[in-house]
Amino acid sequence: MWKFLLPFTVFVALAVLFALGLNPSRDIHALPSPLIGKSAPTFTLTDVLDPARAVSNATLQGQVYILNVWGTWCQACREEHEALLAIAQQQVVPIIGLVYMDDRSKAKQWLEQLGNPYQAVAFDTDGRTAIDWGVYGAPETFLVDTHGRVIYKFISPMTPQVWEREFLPRIAAARRGGA
Amino acid sequence: MRLCARRVGFGAGGMALLLLGMAAWAEVPASGSETPQAVDVNGQLENRVLQGRFEHIAAQLRCLVCQNESIADSNVELASDLRRQVREMLLAGKSDDAIFDFMTDRYGEFVRFSPPLEAKTLAIWGAPFVMLLAGAVIIYRVARQRSRLPVDDEPAAGP
Repeated sequence: MWKFLLPFTVFVALAVLFALGLNPSRDIHALPSPLIGKSAPTFTLTDVLDPARAVSNATLQGQVYILNVWGTWCQACREEHEALLAIAQQQVVPIIGLVYMDDRSKAKQWLEQLGNPYQAVAFDTDGRTAIDWGVYGAPETFLVDTHGRVIYKFISPMTPQVWEREFLPRIAAARRGGA
Repeated sequence: MRLCARRVGFGAGGMALLLLGMAAWAEVPASGSETPQAVDVNGQLENRVLQGRFEHIAAQLRCLVCQNESIADSNVELASDLRRQVREMLLAGKSDDAIFDFMTDRYGEFVRFSPPLEAKTLAIWGAPFVMLLAGAVIIYRVARQRSRLPVDDEPAAGP
């Protein structure tokens, strides 16, 4: 009995392991954020469009909002831009932009050419805010709840499908819980 | 690597950094028998002890962009930003543990090349020993089984 059962069990265990590990739709580079469930790091930076204007997430306290990290060097950010414009039009939550490792004038030009889905766009001059948020690339999109806690992080270009499947239910839940 | 090229453009910025790094290399004076040290665009810390700790910590922290390089080895901008962070924290008198905690709070345990030995990492640290033991048990059992076989396994007197 053992002669059969043991190799069979090992085979099944390995098959499950490989099925999970080698799943092509799984992004092996996407890391879970340790920030989930913790308070969102606060930042006060200047506005990309107007260096004299400050952008801070402290002013959004009590609101559900989205922080979208992007840069003009990032091709995937261009891909997701249309989805962001469509999401902004729904006016569900404010979208705050964070420009990362970039040039102010390039970022400004990008928004003028492609349209601006953001309520405000903060300019991370030296990458410190990005470090606080555990950013290691772009695009990255964070969802913050009414208590100022990060409740979700999405690493990859935003799409309408992702928005509906991952974000909208969480936003609704955050509003119910935080009312 | 797809992700590297795609998500964090190792473009103009990275190139500039690389060139700067090379420039810094070129400027290192030929100082006789001194052992070569890590070269960084920001130069070395004046305090030798701090520089040693800096090199140790930077080698222990993973660059999250290409993920198999340490921030000491990587040229991407994130690695450079993280090296700056480590350097500043050292100069501010922070302990090694405080610096590792700072990084894991933001990037998770994955940022460390060797995870600390604690309850939840026990499986990672213990697995090699468990496997070694399992291998030993298997070898022992096979050997014992074989030793039970008759020494002379020639077929009995044939025709």
